[in-house]
Amino acid sequence: MSVGETVIGPPARPTPAQWVRKNLFSSPFNSALTVISVLVIVLAARGIGRWVFVTADWSPVVQSLRLFAVGPYPAEQLWRIWFIVYMVSFLMGVSGGRFGGTVRTFAVALAVAFGVLAVLPISPDYLPLDTRLRLLLNPVMAVAGYVVGRRAPIQARWLPLAWLSSFALTIVMLGGFRNVALLPYVESGKWGGLTLTFLLALVGIVASFPIGVLLALGRQSNLPVVKALCIVFIEVVRGVPLVTILFMVSIILPLFLPDNIRIDRVLRAMLGMTLFAAAYMAENVRGGLQSIPRGQYEAAKALGLTGFQTTLLIVLPQALRVVIPAIVGQFIALFMDTTLAIIVGLLELLAVGRAVLNSNPAWLFRDMEVYLFIALIFWIFTFSMSFASRRVEAAVGLGKR
Amino acid sequence: MEPAPARSSFPPMANTASSLPRFLTRKGVPLWRDVEVLKWTAQIVSAALVIWFVYFFISNVIRAANARNLGLGYGFLDNAAGFPIAESVVPYDPSRSFGYALWVGFLNTVKVSLVGIVLATVLGLFIALARLSTNWLVSNLAGIYINIIRNVPLLVQLFIWYFAVFQKLPPVRNAIALPGPVYLSQRGLYMTGPAPTETFRAWLVFVVAAVVLAGVLHRLLLRYQVQTGRTTYPLLSATAVLLGLPLIGWLAVGSPPLTITRPVLERFNFVGGLRLTPEFVALLVGLVIYTSAFIAEVMRGGILAVHKGQVEAAKALGFSTPQTLRLIVLPLALRVIIPPLISQYLNLTKNSSLAVIIGYPDLFFVGRTIINQAGQAVPVFLLIMAVYLSLSLFTSAVLNVYNRKVQLVER
Amino acid sequence: MKAKLSFLVSTVVVVALLAAACAPATPAPAPQEQPTAAQEQPAAAPAAQEQPTAAPAPAAQKILDAVKARGKVVCGVHTSLPGFGYLDANGKNMGFDIDLCRAVAAAVFGSPDAAEFVPISAAERGPALQTREVDMVPRNMTWTSTRDAQWGNFTHVMFYDGQGMMVRADSGFKTLEDLNGATICVTTGTTTEQNLADAFRERGLTFTAVTFEDTSAVYSAYEGGRCDAATSDKSQLAAVRSGFANPNDHVILEITMSKEPLAPAVPAGDDQWFDLVKTVLWVLINAEEMGVTSQNVEEMKNSPSLPVRRMLGVEGSFGQEDLGLSKDFAVNVIKAVGNYGEIYDRYMGPNGLSFTLDRGLNNLWTNGGLIYAPPLR
Repeated sequence: MSVGETVIGPPARPTPAQWVRKNLFSSPFNSALTVISVLVIVLAARGIGRWVFVTADWSPVVQSLRLFAVGPYPAEQLWRIWFIVYMVSFLMGVSGGRFGGTVRTFAVALAVAFGVLAVLPISPDYLPLDTRLRLLLNPVMAVAGYVVGRRAPIQARWLPLAWLSSFALTIVMLGGFRNVALLPYVESGKWGGLTLTFLLALVGIVASFPIGVLLALGRQSNLPVVKALCIVFIEVVRGVPLVTILFMVSIILPLFLPDNIRIDRVLRAMLGMTLFAAAYMAENVRGGLQSIPRGQYEAAKALGLTGFQTTLLIVLPQALRVVIPAIVGQFIALFMDTTLAIIVGLLELLAVGRAVLNSNPAWLFRDMEVYLFIALIFWIFTFSMSFASRRVEAAVGLGKR
Repeated sequence: MEPAPARSSFPPMANTASSLPRFLTRKGVPLWRDVEVLKWTAQIVSAALVIWFVYFFISNVIRAANARNLGLGYGFLDNAAGFPIAESVVPYDPSRSFGYALWVGFLNTVKVSLVGIVLATVLGLFIALARLSTNWLVSNLAGIYINIIRNVPLLVQLFIWYFAVFQKLPPVRNAIALPGPVYLSQRGLYMTGPAPTETFRAWLVFVVAAVVLAGVLHRLLLRYQVQTGRTTYPLLSATAVLLGLPLIGWLAVGSPPLTITRPVLERFNFVGGLRLTPEFVALLVGLVIYTSAFIAEVMRGGILAVHKGQVEAAKALGFSTPQTLRLIVLPLALRVIIPPLISQYLNLTKNSSLAVIIGYPDLFFVGRTIINQAGQAVPVFLLIMAVYLSLSLFTSAVLNVYNRKVQLVER
Repeated sequence: MKAKLSFLVSTVVVVALLAAACAPATPAPAPQEQPTAAQEQPAAAPAAQEQPTAAPAPAAQKILDAVKARGKVVCGVHTSLPGFGYLDANGKNMGFDIDLCRAVAAAVFGSPDAAEFVPISAAERGPALQTREVDMVPRNMTWTSTRDAQWGNFTHVMFYDGQGMMVRADSGFKTLEDLNGATICVTTGTTTEQNLADAFRERGLTFTAVTFEDTSAVYSAYEGGRCDAATSDKSQLAAVRSGFANPNDHVILEITMSKEPLAPAVPAGDDQWFDLVKTVLWVLINAEEMGVTSQNVEEMKNSPSLPVRRMLGVEGSFGQEDLGLSKDFAVNVIKAVGNYGEIYDRYMGPNGLSFTLDRGLNNLWTNGGLIYAPPLR
């Protein structure tokens, strides 16, 4: 074979042996690390496995699944929460059908998750047949939604609107009305569990969005009073812990309201979460605003757009697009921060965990099981959300500008 | 009466007319479209709004304070607190004042934050190095660690550490004895350790002097070495001073300034030795582990941000690997690392307020107790907010100064 | 700029609407939401400015009127203290304190179900009263002069208690002196916390406190072994002990460190409501004294005893009209929850739902206790 005939191709795939040598045993030090790591993994896996399947008593978790999901929400009104879940499944399906790609993957994952929940090997006392059937209805809704999303001529821009209105509907469904027989009022003291956790985070992020954008614009403004105000607000909120803000809105604020104004406890917590999230949102959006090159402003000016038109039509759309990953990240952080609502007495997921532990003297030493279960729930949601956001980011090519 | 002033005042008026804001003189653009007018209007409106809001707020506060018997003054801080505090850096008993109790809480916050920041940095660096390791297994283990820790709420982690781990340790009688002796039980961690005696303060003077002298000496010798090219062993000399002076001090003060105390099991508990309460340890462990995952990502980003060419250039210039790390990689990486690291330190400090749920008496915890016992919600709350805010501003100020220094070195 | 303004205004309105939507039944969330929005973004002026002027603070509304308009009595309660205020397996609020709230609901609306329960922590009792967030606080609360001056009006002692100390049975402790140097678990923000400090200081003893805000955290720490002793009101200790896995492993010492009269409180400044709650409590006590129970209340209407007939609204009056209540409200109250003794026995009697606690001081004055109510006439 002559030199000239050599074809330069891609490097050959390393054989497993090569790979192992390169990645695990490249030097004596690395070999030692590998051995130690394997030992640690084996020991940990054995210990954890034994604990999970033998030592641990999962009865506090298994027997309280409903409490974890919805807290003390009245049993005869549970259909309202099911309705919301179906709605989300359906919309997820529609979005998956319309957009495809990662969104579809996400919709599939959600449907599968509900399917898996429905067939969990749990005694029918705690996960009765009708609950399983209701859970199974979710994949059905998702498939129906998917078909609609594929076939029906739905414009992409209507979907965010649909999601927003489903959000508003969710809140109305949860609360109900004082004088409507079909949807009797359920006081917010009865909202709890994962439902409340999600609600707090969603309200926080949705409501903080417009405020955050305004704050960010205000901070960039050349009006000194506006700018100073925005800076003071943002820095004060970011400078103190979230617990103090929650404490302020739940205990201090009511002391100073006129007698005729009472704000619901859950709403107060939401207000606190919103104020807190808004300051961080403002900083995220500001990052986006700063990433817009000068040329964009100049081009807009050259086209004769006013300052306001430039902001609304040129700068904000681009800036917000850039900060979507940051906003998702913030939502995840806020989702985890909802646990702090336990300090102001709301029955969110973690508080339900405590209540479950206290409800039965036999469960005194079962803290680990309950808190690990809660940690697992949070991990599943936060991890899948950040995973999805990274996929979307990569697909859209965001963050690479 | 006299026409003169009137006459003399007229021309200036004409002058002012020309120097009036444009919108009063210019024609064509209607008022509501003039940018200047709109700007000023917005300013005035926003200022008016702020004034109105402050007025609304203050009048409401005063009205509510009168109607609801709320105290707004700080006089009560001198009253006796009357409640116990579980742990304190300085001596405390219930006969001390509310103000002093708050100080105790503040010191507890500082204590857990400082120790936490140091440990989280060390652990974070360790995790970052593991994550960057060429060893596939080690790198992925570190990745899993970061993933899990970052995706579980800190409060849940604190609950696990405190309620599921530290409270479930064996009772004092069956404490786990580790060599040292170190005893681990529900009541906390008891260690053999040094305790100061009455000559400690005198000895401390020597230690401080040693640190200062060593620093100055290191600087001077290093400069001399750089200027003259003569080897002066700056590091070695500084270390000698750092160790030697305290040693001399130890002998000079007479009786030893530190004694070793051992924990001894008595009727209720271990007595003597160094003691860390389970509340403190749980909070510390929770904060350190949580923050270390974030710090690891920050550091990894910083190290990766150093361009490969820089390292190669250093190698080409004959730098050894440690030298490359110390003189090239670290300064460059630090430039990227410092700002996000600042915010992680601040987060840790703010997160320490979660202590309230696991019974570690930090500032927020003590503040809430005072609010209950003294019934003075507003002043105490404002004080707590102010302290956290100034802690945050102070930390970021100090580190920003350092940050600026690092940046200046670069350019 | 005009368009910008309208954009800003509309976003603020959206936020406000969202906030309003979150609490369909909250009286007026918008005025509150607006000032905060205004603080953050002054450009949102026009929307924010109207609200406060549109809703000028009227003179304090009568609590009874507010309650009737709302259709519910709102009570700030405990949710994890067996016997006094806890949730049963179905998540229903139960307990000695809870039944008083139901009794008031029955007095006002004729139905014990017209009560709404807001779980509050020990720390929130004062603020909840001061802000009138709740109409009353029947929550295991000690009546002290400071609290009466600061928080609201305490109605009538419902339970006479004293602070006690719980220790492990195998420890052999009998007195406070035995506990010198011990670690003691206590709820923070309570009178107990201060009494504990006082009691040990008086005797020249030392102790290490482990404090939590959450009552359940205090007792799980104690039961788990974190503390040598736990201190609180004796009734609370008994309640908690009954919930332990092995109640007999724990004893409550024969010492009383303080007097703790537990009384429900109402917000200050509304005499009518204050009197109403007091009277409902007196009805419960008088009913026991007269032997009127939830079982025999209908037949007792025909009782020859004049006080009984007056209480049940058959003839005469004891001020029902002045309180804004129906003539026969006592019948509804007794039917709904029974008399004082019935409530006591339901939770803490020999076959009580929660645990058994000797009535002791909480016997009727006729039986050597302190429970004594003014006559209904």
